[in-house]
Amino acid sequence: MEFIKDFSKILLATCRDVLPIIILITGFQVLVLRQPIPHLRRLIVGGIYVVLGLALFLAGLDKALFPLGKIMAAQLSDPAFIYGVGEVVMEADWQAYGWVYLFAAMIGFSTTIAEPSLIAVAYKAHEVSAGTISQWGLRITVALGVAFGISLGTFRIVTGTPLYLYILVGYLIVIVQTIFAPKGIIPLAYDSGGVTTSTVTVPLVAALGLGLSATVPGRNPALDGFGLIAFASLFPIITVMGYAQIIHWLNIRKIKFMEKNNAL
Amino acid sequence: MITSIILKKLKDAFTDLLPIILVIAFFQIIVLKQPLPQMGEVLFGALLVVAGLVLFVQGLEMGLFPIGEAMAHALARKGSLFWLLCFAFALGFSTTVAEPALIAVSSEAAEIASLGGLIDSSQESLRQYAFGLRMSVAFSVGLAILIGVMRIIRGWPIHYLIIGGYIVVMLMTIIAPEEIIGIAYDAGGVTTSTITVPLVAALGVGLASSIRGRSPLLDGFGLIAFASLLPMIFVMGYGLIIFG
Repeated sequence: MEFIKDFSKILLATCRDVLPIIILITGFQVLVLRQPIPHLRRLIVGGIYVVLGLALFLAGLDKALFPLGKIMAAQLSDPAFIYGVGEVVMEADWQAYGWVYLFAAMIGFSTTIAEPSLIAVAYKAHEVSAGTISQWGLRITVALGVAFGISLGTFRIVTGTPLYLYILVGYLIVIVQTIFAPKGIIPLAYDSGGVTTSTVTVPLVAALGLGLSATVPGRNPALDGFGLIAFASLFPIITVMGYAQIIHWLNIRKIKFMEKNNAL
Repeated sequence: MITSIILKKLKDAFTDLLPIILVIAFFQIIVLKQPLPQMGEVLFGALLVVAGLVLFVQGLEMGLFPIGEAMAHALARKGSLFWLLCFAFALGFSTTVAEPALIAVSSEAAEIASLGGLIDSSQESLRQYAFGLRMSVAFSVGLAILIGVMRIIRGWPIHYLIIGGYIVVMLMTIIAPEEIIGIAYDAGGVTTSTITVPLVAALGVGLASSIRGRSPLLDGFGLIAFASLLPMIFVMGYGLIIFG
């Protein structure tokens, strides 16, 4: 009974998300385009699937994974776990937080793999590129970027170094990569930054950030708790362009190698 | 035949979820050395997640992608730049303004600003600050989709626009108050919801494929990138104006 109540609440919230889109599209169809929508029945059924699927997905996460993940984030950042019970710590020792970095990386990777908006973009990219961009290749590359980003973000919270320095260096790397990366991947790489952080990643990552900044000595949750999401949206850009560069470079090497063989 | 398709989809969805299960089990059992609590609940939840993913992906193929592309084609055929840009702005604004993640972040930001002494701590001024922040983010996402659509039509190269945006972000970081920087950087990530992303991606690709001389891969993507960059600039700008 409790579950049905929770589920209908989530379903309602998802419907509210879709409402502006429905109003907008109907409004444009009726007032501006003045044409019937082709395959209307199929579209409506598809829309219902999306809303129902997303609600089930969120309800399942709420039931199974979020509570556990949030408790774990709190336990792993607890000074009693990191320094041992009864230790009084005045200053954070960044080397003591190994498990936190590992947890951040692994939870970043695994939640990104399950992220529905990334699944959608990877699907589209696969279709548009006529199969040259593989769905799993893109998703794993993006997930590696998020893993590295969130891990580095927890390191930043532990050490208390300023956020903008990391972002600045990240931007510089992106700019340099943009010059050298194959042109076809650039728009997709930029997009992959924005799609990584939504329904699955944000709640767990936010719990980790707030837990850490509240327990690491000398950190202020108000100032240091933010920024993990920014890391998670910056680093996938770097890994996606890096991956494309490596593939491109390998292909060129292969072609050169074959040309050499043919010449002989 | 149908059962084999359903089985394959279920297997795909289970593969998507597997990494999370492995990570949580590993940390719970090996690192924290605690038993997995309420196995029944967890299993039930995992089943829901898998079923939800199957339905979501099916719905994407049947509903969200086709409607996004159909709208793009219809608007391109109509040939009115004004209505196309109206649609782009309205799509960005309306899907962002009521986004629960954004509402949560902006009220949190108001608390932080009042703790930092930047605004006074009365309920009214907190509410006003949060509302202003929300509006500026929603407006910036609308504008971002509009600029992105203009880019597709005109064929501007994306990297100049994005790198230009990065430079603006960096310059504003220098002068913006410290209390707003973290929130501004995060605002870029939380604005694009799971339903908006596929729709916007389909809009971009549909538009690029219905305009002659545009490649869906080179020009169709990039709308989401604008939608995560512009909010950073607007949130910092909002901070600068309010705290001036």
